[in-house]
Parts: sequence; C-alpha cells; structure tokens
Amino acid sequence: MDFDLVIIGAGPGGYVTAIRASQLGLKTAIVEREALGGICLNWGCIPTKALLKSGEVYEQLGHLADYGLSVEGRSFDFAKVVDRSRKVAKQLSSGVAFLMKKHKIEVVEGTATLEKASPAPKVVVALKAGGSRTITAGNVILATGARARTIPAIGLEPDGERVWTYREALVPKACPKSLVVIGSGAIGIEFASFYRALGADVTVIEALDRILPVEDEEVSAAARKAFERRGLKFRVAAKVSKLSKTKTGVAVALEADGKAETLEAEVAIVAVGIAGNVENLGLEALGVKVDRGHVVIDEHCATGVAGLYAIGDVAGPPWLAHKASHEGVHCVEHIAGLKPNGLNAPIPGCTYAQPQIASVGLTEAAAKAKGLTVKVGRFPFRVNGKAIAAGETEGFVKTVFDGATGALIGAHMIGGEVTEMIQGFALAMTMEATEAELIATVFPHPTMSEAMHEASLDAFGQVLHI
Amino acid sequence: MSIDILMPALSPTMEEGTLAKWHVKTGDKVSSGDVIAEIETDKATMEVEAVDEGTVEAILVPEGTEGVKVNAPIARLSGEGAPSPFPLDGGRGGDGGAGKAEPKEAAPGAGANPSPSPEPQRAHPQPNPSPIEGEGRRVFASPLARRLAQQAGIDLSQVKGSGPHGRIVRADVEGLKALPAAAQPSAPKAAARPAAEPREAKSLEQMGIAPGSYDLIPLDGMRKTVARRMADSFRDVPHFPLTIDLEIDRLLEVRARINALLEKDGIKVSVNDIVIKAAANALRRVPEANASYTPDGIAMHHHADVAVAVALEHGLITPIIRSAETKGLAQIAAEAKDLAERARSKKLKPEEFQGGTFTVSNLGMFGIKAFASIINEPQGAILSVGAGEKRPVVRGDQLAIATVMTVTLTCDHRVVDGAIGSRFLAAFKAMVEEPLTMLA
Repeated sequence: MDFDLVIIGAGPGGYVTAIRASQLGLKTAIVEREALGGICLNWGCIPTKALLKSGEVYEQLGHLADYGLSVEGRSFDFAKVVDRSRKVAKQLSSGVAFLMKKHKIEVVEGTATLEKASPAPKVVVALKAGGSRTITAGNVILATGARARTIPAIGLEPDGERVWTYREALVPKACPKSLVVIGSGAIGIEFASFYRALGADVTVIEALDRILPVEDEEVSAAARKAFERRGLKFRVAAKVSKLSKTKTGVAVALEADGKAETLEAEVAIVAVGIAGNVENLGLEALGVKVDRGHVVIDEHCATGVAGLYAIGDVAGPPWLAHKASHEGVHCVEHIAGLKPNGLNAPIPGCTYAQPQIASVGLTEAAAKAKGLTVKVGRFPFRVNGKAIAAGETEGFVKTVFDGATGALIGAHMIGGEVTEMIQGFALAMTMEATEAELIATVFPHPTMSEAMHEASLDAFGQVLHI
Repeated sequence: MSIDILMPALSPTMEEGTLAKWHVKTGDKVSSGDVIAEIETDKATMEVEAVDEGTVEAILVPEGTEGVKVNAPIARLSGEGAPSPFPLDGGRGGDGGAGKAEPKEAAPGAGANPSPSPEPQRAHPQPNPSPIEGEGRRVFASPLARRLAQQAGIDLSQVKGSGPHGRIVRADVEGLKALPAAAQPSAPKAAARPAAEPREAKSLEQMGIAPGSYDLIPLDGMRKTVARRMADSFRDVPHFPLTIDLEIDRLLEVRARINALLEKDGIKVSVNDIVIKAAANALRRVPEANASYTPDGIAMHHHADVAVAVALEHGLITPIIRSAETKGLAQIAAEAKDLAERARSKKLKPEEFQGGTFTVSNLGMFGIKAFASIINEPQGAILSVGAGEKRPVVRGDQLAIATVMTVTLTCDHRVVDGAIGSRFLAAFKAMVEEPLTMLA
C-alpha cells in the first residue's frame, strides 16, 4: 500500500484534511488537477475579496467629504485591480504548496479516477506531466468540490465573452458598462456589488421573492434597500426564460409578476447555484450513491463504499470552504480512530457585499416553522457609537433565542465588518450558550460588536441604548 | 455589613417560585458554593448555592412559602467575604463594569462608614450552575445542557456526556428528557403547577423485605424520567379508556397485496404502519381528538404528528412520523423502520422524538390482547394496539371466524370527551376494516 490516505482535490476541504492527516501520522498524498487551494483560493473566496476591497476603497473615495477629506481625480485602472486579485490568489496558492511540503504530503498533479479495490478504491491519476500513476491507499477522501451550475437549455452557460460564471467574472478584460446578474445568492450579490462600486449599471435577477433568500427575511429586506441606495437594480420572483446574445451584448428574457420583460446588457453573470464535481471519477462503477449532483455521505462522511469518503462541496450544501474543512477534519479524525465531535456545529455564512451580511443558525421564520417559540432581539448600528464614528451606521444585528430554553439558535447581521463578528455567535452556539452567558459577557467599548450584546439583551427586554 | 440574598430566577421566564427548603439556619456560617436552599418552580427544583461567604443573620422567607417573587430578599448574610464578581442576570446597569461592589475587606471599620450599603447580592448561583458530583468534582456541561437539566429536574451527575472530553451537551439531556415521552418542555403543559413530589416511598425494609435479598440497580436518567413523567400523567391527567374490536382480515389482505406489489422496491408495510396511517386519517376526520389541553385553551394541532412507541433495552422512546395524514403507506413504512432502527442505535435527533400530537403503542407482537397506555403529555389521546388473532364473531345469528384486533384509546378527558373519542374510534375502525376508504 502506497499511502494511508489519498485525498482527491486540494481545495480548502482537501488540503486542510491533508494537514490534519499528517498531524495524525497518516502517510498522505493529495491529487490536484489544477491549482493548490482549489476554487476558494484561486477562483472564489479569496480573489473576490481582493476585488471587493478595491471596489470598497473606490466607493469610499466617493464619500471622503463625509470624513472632512477630499481627493482629486478619483479613478481606477481596471487591469491593475484584476491583477492585484490574481497576485493575491497566487500568493496563497504557493502558501498551500509550502504547507504541503512542510507536512510531508505528496502532491500529485493530475486528474484522478477511482477503480474498485480493497480496502479502498485504487486511485489512477492521469498525470499533468504525461503518463499515469496508480496509487493504492487505506482510505480515499473525495474533495473534488463543485462548479457553477449552468442551464444550457435557456442559454445560462458561459461563453467566455459575454456570458460569465464566477470564473470569467474574476478575470475580465474590461469593466462592463452594464451587467445582468442571474441569481442573488452570495456569489451573485458579491459580483453585483463589486461591479456596481466601479460604476457598472447592474441588475440582479432572483427567482424567489427576495434577494439573498437563505438569509433572514429582515436581512434580505435591509440588504435590498442598502443595495438600491447604491444604485443596484433588482427583479425578484422573476423567471428567466431565455438568455441570448445580441450584437452588443446579451438580452435576458424574463417574466416577473406575470409580465414579460427583456433586459439588455453588455454582460451577464450566471450565478444560479453549484453543481458537485462527481463526473469522470468512476463513481458509478464503484456504486457510489449520487443524489442530485452530490455524493451521499453518512455522519462520518463515509460514502458506503469501503474506504471511500467524501467531504465539502461534492458532498452537498452548504457550499462553503469552512464547511469543507470542518468535514474533512472530522472525517480524517474518524479514519484515524479518534472520536471527533459530530458534524452538528452551526456553520456561519458570509456575503462580502457593501454592506456585509453574516449569519449563523436558524432564521426567525425557520425557527418558528420548527414549532419553537422564539425570543427575538434586534439592535441597529445607527445608535452604536463606534459605527457612528466610523460612518458605518447601516444595518443591524438580530438574535433568535429559543423561548423555552434560552438557547441562542440563530444570529443575523448586516453592516460594516459583520463578517468578522459572526464568529462570536458561532462560538456561543457551538458552546450551547444561553442568553445568560451572552448577557454576562463583557463586550469592549467602543466596538460595533456591542450591537451583538445589545441584540441579546433586547431579546430579553434589557436593551440599554434604545 | 450585611448582604441581602435575593430570590433567584432559575429560568428567563420565571417570575416567582416556592422556597421549598432551607439548608441553613440563623447563625450558620456559609461559604461560597454551599447549598443554602432549594427553590421550586413549575419546571424544576433547584439547589441554591451561596455566592458569598458569611454568617446567616436572618432567614426572611420561611420554608414552604409559595409565590416568592424573583429578586425578593429571602435571607440576610453578614458578609465577610467578597460579593460575587459575576452578576450574570444583567439586572445591573450597563456602565461598563464600574458598578461592581467593592470587596468588603477594604472597609474593616465599616461601621463608621456612612456610604450606602452595597447593592444587594443575589443568592442566585450562575444562571446555569455547574453541578458538583458527590466527590466534589465539577460536572462539565454546556450552559444549555445545564438549563435543560434544571428545567426537567434531571441530575446532571447521572448523565453521560458525549461532547468534547465527555462534556454534557444538549443532545445528552434531551435524549433523557424525551424518554419516553415526546413532549417538549415548551409544549403546552397541563397547568402551571408546582412539580409534585413523588410520594415518599417506604423503604423495602419497612415493607418487610430483608436487606440483602435483592440487588439494587441505580436509577439512571431515563428511568427517573419515565417514573416522573408517567406518575405525573397518571395522577394529574383525568384519563379514561375506550375499547373497540376491529376485524382486520381485509387489512391483512390489502397488506399482502401491497407488499407483493412493492416488494421490488424493497418496501414492506407492517400492520402497525397501516394502523398509523388509519389513525392519522381518523385524526384528520376528527380533529378534536388531535388536541392538547393547555391552561390558555385547547390547542388544535394542524397535523397528525404520530409518535410510535419503540422499546429500547432499558426504556422506550417515541419517534414521530410527522404529518402522517399527508403521507402514503410506503413512506410511513420507510420512516417508521428508519426511526425505529435509529432509536435502537440511539441516533435520533431531538426533533425526531419531541413534539408528537398522538401516540400509537403496539404490544400485539407480544400476544397482548388489550391494554390501556398512559397518556403521553401533552397529547390528548394514545392508542394501544393489541394482537390480531382469530376469534369467534357473530354475523347475523351465525358464529363465524374472523381475525380480530382490540384497540384501546386512552383519552385526556379535559380535551377528548367520550363522544369525541368514540367518533375517532368509529372513523378509525371504518378505515381499518375497509382500508380502501383511506384513499377516499
């Protein structure tokens, strides 16, 4: 046997799992067909944050007068903005290469397929350098990730020119003057926010009746208002019937409220969801259960095929890097014979638009749908000292507690830097905190995080600064 | 300098409680962590630990007083020690911590000091206090686990933790709490009555059973919960049984045909699955039987969430088929099988066994002819299903043989009157005896 463990895919699920495996003394190899760090580092989380920062700074320059400052000749060099984003991605990818080396993890560059074998499937890699290599291991973890979902039947597939997925949207040659974004999840909203900040005319189309539909309804409503203030346009409850190319760009035919409409723009971004990378891996022949594009796993990420596990995007939603890492660590600890804590920790989600959105746990509506009596607290940044001083008074913090037990069961935030704050609530929920601990915790003054404390106090009628 | 000990709030919703017992008397010295009293609410009895050191100057509220308001002074301590640095209840102002009372050692000659006495210290322990095991070792439990245990009256030192380093987490307590009943603590409770103490049992010795003539198995959390919930329900819910015989030959025929048809899909429908389906449909026909008594009114449930009693090695649990009236037999069969299997391997999630609206308990496989289950609070009724067996029946004036099954509906008379229960059973019988009507 060549290795104790082979991981297929070196995204945030795979490479983190590899490091943990190495710590646990497992002889580990990782197969990657493209670039270490996967979509997250190269085509997702990280390069988008670089672009969004450029957009945010540029937008702020437009408001300098609010701070008593002024600057002349605000402008941007789009190619440099994109270039910076690529450099950031590259820096992190080489960081992963260093980590693999440091932990003595063998990186195999190529495309893997699986073949039936015992105790775990054989991994046959078509090497990037040419030729193939067969690797045997005691365990195999699939961490092949996912890609943008496309719907070719109605034209929702990238052509590299005018119809983009996140991938093309990260490396455009020029900033489009007008843009239609189809899908208002985190990915759609982030690109809409970035291109809008640089001046593009952006319309976002959402099939459901509100934007960011996984977020709490109050957050969705506040986000829409905040985005509209920045000039973003929305069509909700809108069904796209056809995306076609015109001489100058694209035409998106849609129906909303029973009315047909065609939006024209230079470019369209397709952000209608994610499809797991389950193809061409030999899963059918092994009898791996695949449901709607995702590998079905049990509570230890096992697929049911001896020695084969799956983690991260390929194993289903939520499609988040930190969920993949969390599953990977759990899975490899289980393989190593440890007794890891279950996979039931709440998984926070963040959208890095302007303003930012972050949440963890149940929305108020979801909690009620579960039949829970809830206690809800809210606190707006409008009356938070630090927020006022920083000029970031948009948004609020909302907490949802179980009325019967006092347990924090959900938290929802919109506003400046909320993505950096949500971990506080995630920690509280993972520790199974009740309102007593949140109320007893001393939050530093002046910080925007005081709004988290106040929202907890508010749920129990003890809010101080309203 | 004296410190008032205040009535603690044991839960965020508690407004008043009963001072059940004092563990100290005037003149006793107490130190931080000593149990000084027991407080009782509708949900739990809890020990109150001293937060401060000192001597008990006065007991202000005598033992057994009911309706003591939260924050009312209940005793006075002459304080030598420092007050609690841990005012968890948020009852103080939010002035950044500057309002913390000064340690009293700072003023040994305090008598001459006219400064206002420090604000009264609450006697409350931390809101979700760490229980201490017999040997004085700390029991590691999450705040939520502590709160749930406190509400359900579960002794955490008896609970095995499944969290990091054996920490007791919510699932561990909920697992015990929900056994055997499907009721959530938040579900409408029969009434806001103080938790009635189980009757003081005489020792076996007093009853003439010699010590050493038996083995004593310690009560685990599940057994305590079963004992408490069943005793509460049997004593406090005015219950009555309604019994009816059902002929199930047609049902058995239908079942055989369904199973033959679905065999290729690997689905096997049991008699109990059909009973669940028929009960759910009957509840839809007679919604008054799908109800819970609450002090605020009768809760009419929107769906028939049918709990199914599953025997475990040391107890039982009632996982739930949600909205069973909307589900087909194949789905019910698959869910029931999955739930029962996972119940036996202790892999149910709390929401899978909490919050049913009706229970079906079947002892037919043991050959039991008829029995009457105890109401699973807060549900309005529970159906006890006996064995199907060939019995003589009278048709016209002739004796005939039919497969007959006796079922008994135990009803909570506060919500399900005799006529309602009878209408439910009539609807149920019609469906069981002519299963095709379930399609109608």
